[in-house]
Amino acid sequence: MKRWLQDAGLQLAVSAASVAVALAAGAVFILALGKNPFTVYGILISGSVGDNYGLGQVIYKATTLAFVGVAVALSFRAGLFNIGAEGQLYLGGFMAAWVGLQFDPEKPYAGMWWVCCLAAFGGGAAAAAVPAILKATRGTHEVIVTIMMNFIVIGAVHYFASSRYDDVIMEPATTHTWELPEAAWLKSYKETFKGSTANSSFWVAIAIAIAATYLLWRTRTGYEMRASGLNPKAAEAGGVRMRWTMCLTLLVSGGIAGLGAINFVLGNKGYFEKEFSAGAGFLGIAVALLARSHPIAVIPAAFLFATLSEGAVAIGQSKEQVPGEIIDILQAIVILFLLVGARLLDRAIAAWQKSRQKAVRA
Amino acid sequence: MTLRRTLAITAGIVLALTGLLLVIGWVRGPEARAAAFGAIVSFSMLTATTRLSVPYVLAALGGTSSERAGVVNIALEGVLVTGAFASAAVTHWTGSPWVGMAAAVPAGVLIAYVHALATVTFKADQIISGLAVNLLALGATKFGAKLVWGKPHSDNIAKLPTIWERDPDAGGLATFVHTLLAEPMVLLTILLVAAAWLLHTRTVLGLRLRAVGENAHAVDTLGLPVGGLRYTGVLMSGGFAALGGAWLAFDVTQFSSGMSAGKGYIAMAAVVFGKWHPLGATAACLLFGASEAFQLRLQAASVQVPSELVGTLPYLLTIVALVGLVGRARPPASLGVAYEKAGA
Repeated sequence: MKRWLQDAGLQLAVSAASVAVALAAGAVFILALGKNPFTVYGILISGSVGDNYGLGQVIYKATTLAFVGVAVALSFRAGLFNIGAEGQLYLGGFMAAWVGLQFDPEKPYAGMWWVCCLAAFGGGAAAAAVPAILKATRGTHEVIVTIMMNFIVIGAVHYFASSRYDDVIMEPATTHTWELPEAAWLKSYKETFKGSTANSSFWVAIAIAIAATYLLWRTRTGYEMRASGLNPKAAEAGGVRMRWTMCLTLLVSGGIAGLGAINFVLGNKGYFEKEFSAGAGFLGIAVALLARSHPIAVIPAAFLFATLSEGAVAIGQSKEQVPGEIIDILQAIVILFLLVGARLLDRAIAAWQKSRQKAVRA
Repeated sequence: MTLRRTLAITAGIVLALTGLLLVIGWVRGPEARAAAFGAIVSFSMLTATTRLSVPYVLAALGGTSSERAGVVNIALEGVLVTGAFASAAVTHWTGSPWVGMAAAVPAGVLIAYVHALATVTFKADQIISGLAVNLLALGATKFGAKLVWGKPHSDNIAKLPTIWERDPDAGGLATFVHTLLAEPMVLLTILLVAAAWLLHTRTVLGLRLRAVGENAHAVDTLGLPVGGLRYTGVLMSGGFAALGGAWLAFDVTQFSSGMSAGKGYIAMAAVVFGKWHPLGATAACLLFGASEAFQLRLQAASVQVPSELVGTLPYLLTIVALVGLVGRARPPASLGVAYEKAGA
């Protein structure tokens, strides 16, 4: 059997085991409340992927998570931790709307959606630029800077998205901007999915995941990213442009996270709304983790978390009197077990390789 | 030395800020000027600063304990909300706010234990573990609130009694003294700051905690328990920060889900800005509390301030401190690194 296939199998086993353990822990919780876990999990499934509407909602939620997941996975591969996806997503969304509003609504330009997508990418990259530049020039640790940037970016966006700019950007007495011209909208799949918010930005997410995979494993830049993540000292000795690579990785990662905003802004509402990201920037980190930092694996991981989130809504609305927040707890347990499981797996692989080397020598 | 510099820098920034905002007031005309002046130079400003700083200070003391021992703790946010929930729920059940306040500590230690277990025993990534704990705490407390009160926020809970009654007609100074000395949790916070300072700089345990954050290998060579010390640091941080959560709940006599509202991250920023020193972190918290108080008071005086931008000040200052333009903040050397025994 090929090595990579074995590896992939092991990685999958860890992810699956973590999810299974979390579901079991959730079942204990539900039993403690005196409810039947099978009924509750039944609602989770039927309320999410059970019908066309639910499936559409899952696709919609998975799309944003997939963008953020790919962004974070890319930074993980280069040994960086982009925890600023929430802010990048936010600025991406605002920039997409702001740029879209600069067009004359009377004379719509057919390629406008494309420009707005670029603006979203640019907004995300701009939010990541501060940690990227500080990392490259002064070696400042990107984790704290990206956390701080989340709050700075959100504060700055709220400054511009306030009643000060009523009439210009914001629709008065609302928390959202004016609606963008229809030329900026992405294709909605409302009819197929019975009024749900799924839209064509899902295909963009898949394209980005494929592009990120190509970048990482088929280009020089990607090689440099992975090398600096696996062993920075060896990479530097081998001639990898460390500063440039770290800076570029964070910028691209931020851009991809920012692009995730098109799902809401161009695909769903047609405007930027305050608080639209709703923590997706943090949940996306969990998605990247579940996918073991592989951009392609991010897609199914995003679907899993989206199913859980959508199912939580159904559980909360059902007659079972189980708060939907049980799913938040479940998601946290998935992450914690993934962390521990990944660690144990790495140890097991190392031990296995050692024993095999011994066997070869003997 | 570092401490004196931190304090000097903090004082400098406060002065600069005050000057800047007074100039803004000047430009905006005499009424705005009077309002700005009144907002800064008054005892009620001190009172507001004290009250707003309490949760930051308690959480930052927690962050200091954990990070000095080498464990990054972004779970402070989750610990705050856990403390708030525990104190509200226990007050609701027992009817005694004192028991409720005390209950925050074991609850905080418990949630911090999850972080310690993942990061120290299983050597998991400290940032991700912290995020997971935050998710867990926010979800679990909202879940719990729905079970206890049937909604995502609590009914009104009993107020924590003050040591002596406040005279409602008292002037600014009397109110400030009352806040400082008669509010039990403010008094407790002041005592805890002193205790944390003593612990971290004057006791064997404090020095060992610091050693394990700087060079875990050396600590291990001395035959001291690396894991045990790190557990101590993280669990202590849970106790401190959870009290901050209790303050949040008692301050508004209610628990509401997500009421920590990013305060844990501000506290984390204060730890960095205060250079991982308990007094430095406290000074940073007072600065952040003062800027918040100032902004709220200007708004109350209906002076137009870009509150969204002023609100980002703690985060901006933290980045500046990290970059090292004004006295670089240097983290403990082993911060964020799980300890691996050599040769294992």
